[in-house]
Amino acid sequence: MRVLMLGWEFPPHISGGLGTACLGLTRGLAKVGVDVTFVVPKAFGDEDRGPTRVLGCNEVPVEVDEDDGEGPRGPAAAAARAARRRVLAVDSALLPYLSAEQYAARLAALEREAAEEEERAAAPAPAPAPVEHPDKARRVSVAKRPLSFAGFYGPDLMAEVERYAKVVEQVARAEAFDVVHAHDWMTYPAAARAAAASGKPLVVHVHACEYDRSGEHVNPAIVAIERAGLAAAHRVVAVSHFTAGILRRRYGVPAEKLRVVHNAVTRREQREGWHVEKPAGGPVVLFLGRVTFQKGPVYFLEAAARVVRVLPDVRFVMSGSGDMLPAMVERAAAMGLARHVRFTGFLSGADVERMFALADLYVMPSVSEPFGISPLEAMAQDVPVIVSRQSGVAEVLASALKVDFWDVEDLANKIVAVLRRPALRQVLTAGGRAEVEGMRWEARAAQLATLYAEVAA
Amino acid sequence: MTAPRAAGPATAAPTAVVPYFQVHQPFRLRRYTYFDIGVDARWFDDAENERIVRRVAERCYVPTNALLLRLVEETEGRFRCAFSVSGTAIEQMERWAPEALEGFVALARTGCVEVLGETSHHSLAFLADDLEFRAQVADQAARVERVFGRRPTAFRNTELVIDEHVARTVEDLGFVALLGEGSDGLLGWRSPARVYGVEGCERLRLLLRHYRLSDDIAFRFSNRAWDQWPLTAEKFARSLAALPADDVAVNLFMDYETFGEHQWKETGIFDFLAAMPRAVLADPRFAFRTPTEVATAHAPAARLAIPHPISWADAERDLGAWLGNPMQRAANLALYALLPAVRASGRADLLAAWRRLSTSDHLYYMFTKRTSDGDVHEHFSPYASPHDAFIAFMNVLDDLERRAGAAAADATAAGTPPAGAVLPPAPARAPDPLTRPLPPPPATPAPGAAQPSKRSRRRVPRGG
Repeated sequence: MRVLMLGWEFPPHISGGLGTACLGLTRGLAKVGVDVTFVVPKAFGDEDRGPTRVLGCNEVPVEVDEDDGEGPRGPAAAAARAARRRVLAVDSALLPYLSAEQYAARLAALEREAAEEEERAAAPAPAPAPVEHPDKARRVSVAKRPLSFAGFYGPDLMAEVERYAKVVEQVARAEAFDVVHAHDWMTYPAAARAAAASGKPLVVHVHACEYDRSGEHVNPAIVAIERAGLAAAHRVVAVSHFTAGILRRRYGVPAEKLRVVHNAVTRREQREGWHVEKPAGGPVVLFLGRVTFQKGPVYFLEAAARVVRVLPDVRFVMSGSGDMLPAMVERAAAMGLARHVRFTGFLSGADVERMFALADLYVMPSVSEPFGISPLEAMAQDVPVIVSRQSGVAEVLASALKVDFWDVEDLANKIVAVLRRPALRQVLTAGGRAEVEGMRWEARAAQLATLYAEVAA
Repeated sequence: MTAPRAAGPATAAPTAVVPYFQVHQPFRLRRYTYFDIGVDARWFDDAENERIVRRVAERCYVPTNALLLRLVEETEGRFRCAFSVSGTAIEQMERWAPEALEGFVALARTGCVEVLGETSHHSLAFLADDLEFRAQVADQAARVERVFGRRPTAFRNTELVIDEHVARTVEDLGFVALLGEGSDGLLGWRSPARVYGVEGCERLRLLLRHYRLSDDIAFRFSNRAWDQWPLTAEKFARSLAALPADDVAVNLFMDYETFGEHQWKETGIFDFLAAMPRAVLADPRFAFRTPTEVATAHAPAARLAIPHPISWADAERDLGAWLGNPMQRAANLALYALLPAVRASGRADLLAAWRRLSTSDHLYYMFTKRTSDGDVHEHFSPYASPHDAFIAFMNVLDDLERRAGAAAADATAAGTPPAGAVLPPAPARAPDPLTRPLPPPPATPAPGAAQPSKRSRRRVPRGG
């Protein structure tokens, strides 16, 4: 079985659950014997891409599989698994979760960067270091790149999605595969074209939809792309029953086309966490995620206000950035929480793990969360977790407290309970660790392999 | 009512079939939050408790009571059985489902239905506080006498938990029979269908649940994957007939809610129950008996050592369902740690609330094991999760502690007599009929004699 998968870059290049999920799934698929050609959008400089390149597409070396303790061990086994995965990077400025405004900002940033590179290149400078990785490759020679990125990439987000689709269609003509599998809306048009050009079945994987991100204030152009992709798909994979329900109700996806494949956890996330010296003071309750409508930061603050009335030494930390961050800072001050709430801004990589290690409780009060991997990362570090019932992860977790996101009284009550009752903490952390260890991408990949066989038959 | 007739050729005493049904309802808690502590003394969810007891009365208690009464009458007293009805269930039926309680009373009046003794609040008091255990047992004995007209002579502990300590205490309180689980761990090669004694006890007889035949009815009845499905009265009678000849008492112990609540009416459970007695009695080898009748008719086949508590719950038959995880142990510890303060407060309402909290269901709701057993627990819990159960319970305990402390302080300030003086007379201190020697129960009940009825027991707490 060969799959042409249209996905997103792996961590640590991007944040967010989408890249993490793509990494876990492709690794898992390699272990269950599925060959994956993995196509990602990536903004390149105009460096020489070499003879293997197909129209804006660059083969990227697959990182040597770290030994994650699953399946056969040893370098040979890892190499065999790596051989099942090819990564093709297609030149594109797309990033997941990008809004039209953010896309414009990204284009401007890329242009600025290119201009700086050009200046540097004009100045006498040592020859660029040998290229080891496309990330570094981007740093070199941009002289042949047209100065206006808007002239190369699409002038706006929708145009870029369309341009990406055209390029991928060309890639698809040069590749051999049995199934096309696409992750989230920006890749749907590309996947639909690849499927049409090859006559192969299309699987669409929904990690989030526009209604999750925007509530009732959806972008109609995005919804239209989602609808077209879902309609063209032979099977639709949802990351939770919660999301499957939205797809049925909001998009009219017929139940027989829908399958639920929950997310899982990679070993990296399962590894023993950081042990940090906690600063003196009260317990730390953590919100970590994009500070956007979807993540429900306002409910976190509302609960905090109630908790500090009875436990005044508790510290609340909001980590992440997003369009609602300024409003949240102001709101916290207005609610008299300035002493109790801290904002760290965006965290990535090791800082995320360090933050989890500092926390006594992780809260995910999402308004609409298709899955939500971050609670699993917290649990892997023995941090108890409260998640909203409006999340996919709530379906698979027993050792997490659950609340309705709007029920701030209940959330506050449960925050206090975790902080005040050691027995509850003990049960949540011990049970949570066991549960997280039981969630394997390999098992999820096996579900996908069955589904591929179904549609390819 | 006639005495059981020996049908067929006169032989040795017939093999006794001993149906016993547990009836229990807990007082479920409201979703009591940390912010209610010190503010709100409404701990219990009356609306929910009323809804559930009415529902169970309608689906199970009322129709099953009517059916059993008919069976007793139609067999002229040859069908006999036992119940335990917890004090909390009686209280709820008195308030919200009197017609169900009347049905139990009518059954007890036939003289063919024994009501068992137990703790008034379906508690695990025997583990933590001997005084409280004895008080709750005496309280329940008095209640059974008041409601059903006869003091109990056979005892079943909460969730059928037995060990030597329980057995000795119960014997000391004057009971002649103790019901328990016929677990493999306890019996080894022995048959559950014999009458046993307990190490350290003199007169007490132990009746052990025949879990295979009991669970054929209680658990497997509607299971279409079971190779014996569908279970008919005749098939069940054939299973009985296949038992070894030296089995003397087949103890069929189950939740009363098996009929109409766990096994819905549509499964045919009522048809089965209606046909079962006659199918069993068709074989002259069998006769229905109540626990006290069996206990007084047989010498013990052996004296069993029961060093560790055994229950009828889950696969392990231990206390893991109530005290298996840290939340449950912390909650139980906090509960009994509070008892002295509640006693010292001198407040009857606080003691009554404390006793409702001692109902083992509250601990059962906190069970976290995820197995097929775990599904059973979840099914009967009014909470969304075991953690939610723990959170509400601990908040209520905190509130109770605060109020008990305040009451004690008030009493001290007012110079009232020391703690406990204004408590309602603890049942244990009333002239206690349980400590009097019981008249030896007749081996065969005299026709028309009021028969002690047994209490029912339930397997798991039921919820919404």
